[in-house]
Amino acid sequence: MALTLLRGMRTPVSLRSNTGLFFNVLRPRLSHFTTRAESAHATEPKAVPKSIQLATKEAAEQKTQGFEAIIGIETHVQLSTVTKAFCSCPYDYGSQPNSTICPTCMGHPGTLPVLNEKVVECAVKLGLALNCEISMTSKFDRKQYFYPDLPKGYQISQFDIPIAKKGYVDLDLPVEFGGGHRKFGITRVHMEEDAGKLLHSESGSYSQVDLNRAGVPLLEIVSEPDMRTGIEAAEYGAELQRIVRYLGVSNGNMQEGSLRCDVNVSVRPVGQSEFGTKVEIKNMNSFSEINRAIDYEISRQIMLHKEGQADQIVQETRLWDESSQKTFTMRKKEGLADYRYFPEPDLPEVVLTTDYIDEISKSMPELPEAKRRRYENMGLSMQDVLFLANDDNVAHFFDSTLEHGADAKLACNWIMSDIAAYLKNEKLSIHETKLTPLELSELIASIKNGTISGKIGKEILFELIAKGGTVKGVIEEKDLVQIADPAAIEAMVDKVIADNPKQLEQYRAGKTKLQGFFAGQVMKTSKGKANPVLLNKILGEKLNAK
Amino acid sequence: MPPPLQAHRLLISHRRLPTPARRRLTAVSSLQSAPATTLAPGPATSSILSIRESLLSGERTAANITSDYLSRLRRTEPSLRSFIHVADAAAEREAEELDRRIASGEKDAVGPLAGVLVGVKDNLCTKNMPSTGGSRILDGYRPAYDATAVRRLREAGAIVVGKTNLDEFGMGSTTEGSAFQVTTNPWDDSRVPGGSSGGSASAVSARQCVVSLGSDTGGSVRQPASFCGVVGLKPTYGRVSRFGLMAYASSLDVVGCFGSSVFDTATILSVVAGHDKMDSTSSSQDVPDYTSELVSLDLLESKPLNGLRIGIIQETLGEGVDTGVVSSIKGAASYLEQLGSVVDEVSLPSFSLGLPAYYILASSEASSNLSRYDGIRYGRQVSANDLNEIYGESRANGLGHEVKMRILMGTYALSAGYYDAYYKRAQQVRTLVKESFKDALEKYDILISPAAPSAAYKIGEKINDPLAMYAGDIMTVNVNLAGLPALVVPCGFVEGGPVGLPVGLQMIGSPFSEGSLLRVGHIFEQTLQNFSFVPPLLAER
Repeated sequence: MALTLLRGMRTPVSLRSNTGLFFNVLRPRLSHFTTRAESAHATEPKAVPKSIQLATKEAAEQKTQGFEAIIGIETHVQLSTVTKAFCSCPYDYGSQPNSTICPTCMGHPGTLPVLNEKVVECAVKLGLALNCEISMTSKFDRKQYFYPDLPKGYQISQFDIPIAKKGYVDLDLPVEFGGGHRKFGITRVHMEEDAGKLLHSESGSYSQVDLNRAGVPLLEIVSEPDMRTGIEAAEYGAELQRIVRYLGVSNGNMQEGSLRCDVNVSVRPVGQSEFGTKVEIKNMNSFSEINRAIDYEISRQIMLHKEGQADQIVQETRLWDESSQKTFTMRKKEGLADYRYFPEPDLPEVVLTTDYIDEISKSMPELPEAKRRRYENMGLSMQDVLFLANDDNVAHFFDSTLEHGADAKLACNWIMSDIAAYLKNEKLSIHETKLTPLELSELIASIKNGTISGKIGKEILFELIAKGGTVKGVIEEKDLVQIADPAAIEAMVDKVIADNPKQLEQYRAGKTKLQGFFAGQVMKTSKGKANPVLLNKILGEKLNAK
Repeated sequence: MPPPLQAHRLLISHRRLPTPARRRLTAVSSLQSAPATTLAPGPATSSILSIRESLLSGERTAANITSDYLSRLRRTEPSLRSFIHVADAAAEREAEELDRRIASGEKDAVGPLAGVLVGVKDNLCTKNMPSTGGSRILDGYRPAYDATAVRRLREAGAIVVGKTNLDEFGMGSTTEGSAFQVTTNPWDDSRVPGGSSGGSASAVSARQCVVSLGSDTGGSVRQPASFCGVVGLKPTYGRVSRFGLMAYASSLDVVGCFGSSVFDTATILSVVAGHDKMDSTSSSQDVPDYTSELVSLDLLESKPLNGLRIGIIQETLGEGVDTGVVSSIKGAASYLEQLGSVVDEVSLPSFSLGLPAYYILASSEASSNLSRYDGIRYGRQVSANDLNEIYGESRANGLGHEVKMRILMGTYALSAGYYDAYYKRAQQVRTLVKESFKDALEKYDILISPAAPSAAYKIGEKINDPLAMYAGDIMTVNVNLAGLPALVVPCGFVEGGPVGLPVGLQMIGSPFSEGSLLRVGHIFEQTLQNFSFVPPLLAER
């Protein structure tokens, strides 16, 4: 990302108008997807060397000198309800085109929408999680435009009375990016339906319509223009992803299009109160891309300002192109689009009761922000806190390990190092392995009480994580109990010393580093089971005994 | 509303109407030349009941009854053109199947509508049968499902005989707006049957089918009922599911029924009414058996409407209303008084505001509802070089003049900068109209008015004068804005055509008062003397 920023700023700004890009690039490729958490800091920061980070930061500061960026984000979250928003069709990402459709979601004559109550439940959950005011009475409206993926010629959405509004989200920036707590405003959350997809032919001479996705419920979350940098925007998106996953309302998967961010960026001289002309950026498929696209766009706009060409910043939609690491004009907006919103006459108002909201409120899980504060109070470092709270499966695993009596720091270390490495290698999520929180706590306890060594502990961990079973079972089965009997260790030490007279001589001649060699030999003899502290103590005594 | 008349009470004190009442009634009508027909004159009888009785008694077979209707249909259709699609072979097959089930003594073979031939307005979806909405853009379209109202009719044993003609997507008052054909009025083939449910009204009037379904957004059931001399019911908004009705203006549309008698109309309503989980705007209010309150003529007491308070809407009898229509309605009013009710004039101050408000709201919703006819997924697609051309050409070729005009009006009214002045203001007027009806219906049990300012006019007369045609909806649109039920029953004739032209009386009630309207309408119909609303067309042989 850092290099991108610099490269972006050196590249002459291209304003080429390429409408064809829209059809080629807009939709994410179908074949690539993952179910892993996609937080910007979970994948990015560790790879970025410190020196470059600092250089970037300085460069960025230098380049933005005298200007500030204003960033607002519209996020679409696809809800993982069993059926669509207004009909009883299921939706499965990746199923055969036009296999999950019915007259209603195809917009056939005479069909009517019937609201899936789960959509309202999800909206209220998310509204509460984002600290919003929930509208006791809201309504649906029609947003009208023609496009082949929009069967009715209008999208059922919410216009002037969204189900939730005036909220905020708390988050912590990754330590690698300087850290710090942020609070960003949420303007509104509203319910709407998704459109279908166009599949364009290779030749570009025709397009096909797939309506599987038409009518799938979405929540649109509109942020206040509170963000100032790419990383803030990316972290805002990552926090929304965490929240929807914690709530279980969406899989939040960006590659599948379950979570889509459209970003508005404008730049203004520091001290100016009115906003500059905003540009919308689309087509970012990860938070890291959001980060880079925004930083590129900011530098592009600042450069235009500095070159006295601020009038070339026009209200338009630009697409992020991952291969060239730039944004390109997709379409210039001729004034504001007129969607001719009016109240949806086919659906009654959505009227909620306080009982209903209370009920949902009570069922809410602990959210990422609360988790982070709780972990922080346990004395864990911010790096640990962010890692654990990033994925609710990991957090849940961690919490449940602690419930079985494990020490927080030790449990955290195991999860963040060996377990995380294994998960990354095997492309698994923590709940998909055979390791249980109970066994991890047993493992930690067994090391603590000296039954096994830390080294043996690792071996057992990999056994458990791959094959399952219990710590006790593995210890017994493999005869791994630590040898803590001084007499037994002494016997092994004696044997090793006796077997290596040459090394003993060298040691006694002053080459004391050789203690390591002896320790290794003893450990080998014990098949790794000797208590290392005891071993070193006895070995030292023996070697130094004249 | 007084409590419904109880049959047992009537048994004790039933009396025929006094003769003077009958005589006075004939005197108030401007024209009383009831046509001589082969069908016996006198009060309308229930065709559904007689079909049911003859099936149950074995007197006639369903095939026999169906063939009767079909031969009348074949004879009259060349001049009427009520149907866009006639499913005669399917109807015959279904009738034979019914006969087989009756013959094998199958239980429940004779459902409440067994062997009853129904015509269905072509903007109601019928599975595996063309459903065009009267539009070229849906030429050849066959829905995958039955509209809820149609499904319920079929489940009750009805046989769908065909799809009736209409103004394209229900937009019009003459049925001349159909993309396929012009339907004529059975009383005079140079005149319109009214609209937009002109085909459904004409088909029942000419006994091409027993009953029919229509839809009413601004009067599309009531005005053609009046023009064709049949009973037409516009139920309360939400009383009948709209699922499967091609939406014109969703907040105003209702599925309505036509019959040649009030009893038949009530029977149909009992079958199609009720909550439908496929339509969130359908009401979950209980559906009574609307026929149970209808008392036969010989059981009626002398003043069966005693205690009933009726308001005659002042604004509907003034300027611009045909004098013959006014005197028919006034005649009907004084006849209602003879039946025991009290009739007063009532003013609805917001009445005249309803028409412009209606045209703004209906056009606005239509502009949105008709966006789906884009040539992409079904219906006509014009092949073109790019997307905008596909849209433009498919819609330019597929949609008719009146529809385009309303889409343009509605698009304009919803546009940024105009929304407040048009759509929002029209909604405010709608609220006023609702309130003024509510006030009036607190003082009166029923409000009455003409169903149209004139009787049926000539084909082509208003085709180039849309404002004159829109003005004809003045009697009916307010009822849709307020979502109220209204029943139209034939009440007299005015001069015109070979034997005179029928006039309908509109009776408006509070929400979900269909039962009361039908009861009053039934008494009115059964006791009205010296009129026969069987068109001359049927007397030709």
